[in-house]
Amino acid sequence: MPAHDVLIIGAGLAGQRAALAAAEAGASVAIMSKVHPVRSHSVAAAGGINAAINPADDWRSHAYDTVKGSDFLGDQDAIEVMCSEAPHEVMHLEHIGVTFHRNETGHLDLRAFGGASMKRTAYVADITGQAILHVLYEQLMKHHETVDRYEEWFVTSLVQGEDGTCIGVIARDIRTGTMEVFRAKNVILASGGAGQCFKPTTNGLICTGDGIAQAYRIGAPLMDMEMIQYHPTCLVENGFLITEGARGEGAHLLNANGERFMEKYAPNKMELASRDVVSRAEQTEINEGRGVGPDGVGIYLDVTVVPKKRTLEALREIVNIGKDFAGVDITREPIMIRPGQHYIMGGVKTDIWGRTPVDGLYAAGEVACVSVHGGNRLGANSLLDTLIFGRRSGEHAAERSAQMAMPVIPDSRMLEDVKEIDDIVGRERSGKRISEIKDELGTELNRNVAVFREAEGLDHALETVKRLKEEAKTAYIDDRGTVFNQDVLGAIELGYMLDCAECIVTAAIERKESRGAQFRTDFPERDDDEWLKHIDLTMNGDGPDVSYSEVTFTQWQPEERKY
Amino acid sequence: MPAMQEFTLRVRRYDPESGEAPYWAEHTIELEPHRSVLEGLLQAKARFDGSIGVRCSCRAAICGSCGVRINGKPGLACHTHLDKAQASSQTGDGVITVEPMGNMPVIKDLIVDMDAVHWKKVQRVTPWLIAKEPVPEREYVVDRESMVDVTQSMACIQCGACVSDCLSMEIDPLFIGPAALAKAYRFVGDPRDDQQFERLQDLAEDPHGIYDCTHCFKCIDACPKGVAPMNQIMRLRRRAGDDYKINDRNNGNRHERAFVTLIRDYGLLHEAELLPRSYGGDSWFGKFHPAAGQEMLDSLPVVTKMLLRRKATPKKAIFGHKIPKDDLNAVKRIYETVEDRDDRYELNLYISGYDEDSEEPAPEQSATAESGGEGMTAAENGQPGMEPEDSPTREESDPEGEPTS
Repeated sequence: MPAHDVLIIGAGLAGQRAALAAAEAGASVAIMSKVHPVRSHSVAAAGGINAAINPADDWRSHAYDTVKGSDFLGDQDAIEVMCSEAPHEVMHLEHIGVTFHRNETGHLDLRAFGGASMKRTAYVADITGQAILHVLYEQLMKHHETVDRYEEWFVTSLVQGEDGTCIGVIARDIRTGTMEVFRAKNVILASGGAGQCFKPTTNGLICTGDGIAQAYRIGAPLMDMEMIQYHPTCLVENGFLITEGARGEGAHLLNANGERFMEKYAPNKMELASRDVVSRAEQTEINEGRGVGPDGVGIYLDVTVVPKKRTLEALREIVNIGKDFAGVDITREPIMIRPGQHYIMGGVKTDIWGRTPVDGLYAAGEVACVSVHGGNRLGANSLLDTLIFGRRSGEHAAERSAQMAMPVIPDSRMLEDVKEIDDIVGRERSGKRISEIKDELGTELNRNVAVFREAEGLDHALETVKRLKEEAKTAYIDDRGTVFNQDVLGAIELGYMLDCAECIVTAAIERKESRGAQFRTDFPERDDDEWLKHIDLTMNGDGPDVSYSEVTFTQWQPEERKY
Repeated sequence: MPAMQEFTLRVRRYDPESGEAPYWAEHTIELEPHRSVLEGLLQAKARFDGSIGVRCSCRAAICGSCGVRINGKPGLACHTHLDKAQASSQTGDGVITVEPMGNMPVIKDLIVDMDAVHWKKVQRVTPWLIAKEPVPEREYVVDRESMVDVTQSMACIQCGACVSDCLSMEIDPLFIGPAALAKAYRFVGDPRDDQQFERLQDLAEDPHGIYDCTHCFKCIDACPKGVAPMNQIMRLRRRAGDDYKINDRNNGNRHERAFVTLIRDYGLLHEAELLPRSYGGDSWFGKFHPAAGQEMLDSLPVVTKMLLRRKATPKKAIFGHKIPKDDLNAVKRIYETVEDRDDRYELNLYISGYDEDSEEPAPEQSATAESGGEGMTAAENGQPGMEPEDSPTREESDPEGEPTS
């Protein structure tokens, strides 16, 4: 039975960074992922990473922009940690090999991004996430003797000791179907978001909320789950992401009348207002009949105003995406976009060291909610979040391990999980197909838990989710094998998604105001007196219990939010 | 939105637990023609058979999971449109054939064991930056162009498409191969790396290293991200041979030089001169060197085979090929142009080959296409902004009416 000081679940940026930090601190480390690490969804992050590295910049300015972007729901102690440590982290990445683009003097170049008061986004063309992810994986290959890698292993549950602490995981080797118990003094969840609850989404097929649900199921509270980011520029065709870097480089948004409508909504920042603001503006234009395209459901993103040479150098990936997936050459004509589900600000509640209220369990990255993003995340802050809190979790967990004995888990502990899988495989072909349920879930959430929300739609969504949870219990699969049985994993993932969805909808119903990404047409105002607080959800039987927690303030008091 | 259309996928299935041989399964799916083969596979999985094994995640050609062979050609399933795949059907009836990638063992259906081949080879090239000391407090100050340049190899998503159809690897499974060598260039080309010489020496001296590539271009064709692995291998060779004067024990560098000299002098390859010069020295006298004699002796069986199979005739081999004088002069002019340059221009399709407005040809662009962008720096000469379809080596032209350059 494998045993490690620190076991990390998920091998995107947060997970890999945590693994490297924990190993450097001397702990015995393993990193486990249901896909090969470089397939992790961090790879799709395009635009860049924020840090106040320009000598004329100040991390406090970055922090204030983040606080404002969060619509004052972000915890300011955590935001201060993230922003003040950002420059050092970016330099660290540069030193281990990230090929950040340079300016004419050979120093790191910075680009403009949404919600930022100055240029502070370091980048590698528009493959920044990929470049950092691959460089971290280079480091894992370098440190292969100190970091064990379990690639293509799927976690079925977290294991708790008698006192409730997290002492390991049960996992399945996808290649062989073998189940195994992993003991660990500390487990760090770094398994990403839950975008697949929505359809369409910019998120990969692997983003099924595994870690969020696993933590929730052992009693860790979830926070800010109602805060779902709709990214302003997703292809109308299929929901694929067009990086905010496009607007950072100067691209315009146009409605059917050819107007730069952002003038009305954010006269100062225009297209570079924060994402919730821009998405709402677009949706308003569309709803009021000024959308483009045959069904009027799109908005034009006009990249032709960016010099072509610059587009080809710095926005290479979206030139490809435009051509390959929409048949549009963005250097010559505008492309049709609309808001699309992109990110979940909420997640497993943690402190500034990534600790969840469950001892021995940490969380970092999109799976977690520190909360640095509050009601709305700024572009290029997610990579930063993963790296800063991934590292801090890794360091803290390593330190905690030094004072502990290795927990013991009997092998029999995994029998329940083995049985659950056997049951799924053995189900009769009488219920629904897994894919049908997943489709309905995604469509429902995207209809009723999107940019604009109201009570009736949210109630409908909750009912649907509850019904789907029932239907999922008898949903059947085709694959009876053990080698790469993706079918059975899909069934387990569906369970994770449904738990996440239930929490998302519950929290959205609960918050009776409009703040950040949560806009209630029935409560269109921000209500600081009543709702300047986090919503925490804790599993109770089959559904979540709601409670509240304070927002941490340090330097910045709530004020009206204008861009 | 274009109308839905039916497509038939013919999927290579293999279940390692069944004890049965691989077989073909056909599924008819319904999607808009510009949707991807991956979406077709996912529909087949969702509607008909959830047991079809295929790795996938992002659906947007960035995670590198869904490398497969479509109609015999390697690529990403998510990056191949159904209508294009239908048009390139090999069976003649529009059926789209989907198979696992080659050169790697199949685990199940379309899933191959990349660890056993691809990742092992990546690990072979010391795939991490060995940073120059002292490490600066802030960033390393390096040329703007250098970082744009290595972005081309950074853009590799490790999908394995190039490994799948590497001909050299088929013959020599130990060949380090296109993806791993492209990764190696990412460090050799990185001004922050401290061990460029050591890396190059290592890759040149390895009999399965940079001189094991046969220039077949298959990897350039296969790559969905425009990394052009073969070009990265050639750049490694130039760095090793020209810049660091590494004369490897495999005679790779000497062989290449002999080749280059013979083409300059004769316009075409002079087979009988090639071996002696590669081993005995790059001149007419090379054949009198003992090493050349020994190599000729050792190569007799191969030479005999060549003659028997009419790959060469004794007359042409010994007296060389003749080409018209004008042609020979033209060849010489190419040599002069290249050798007179102050800086070596790297043939980097990623940089030189992007599709600048083809209907309004800019003069500097046609120059780029012909001479490889003489006198232009990487930054001036476009950037890694092109997509692979635009590269001059791609065969298919865009049916949307985009003439190929």
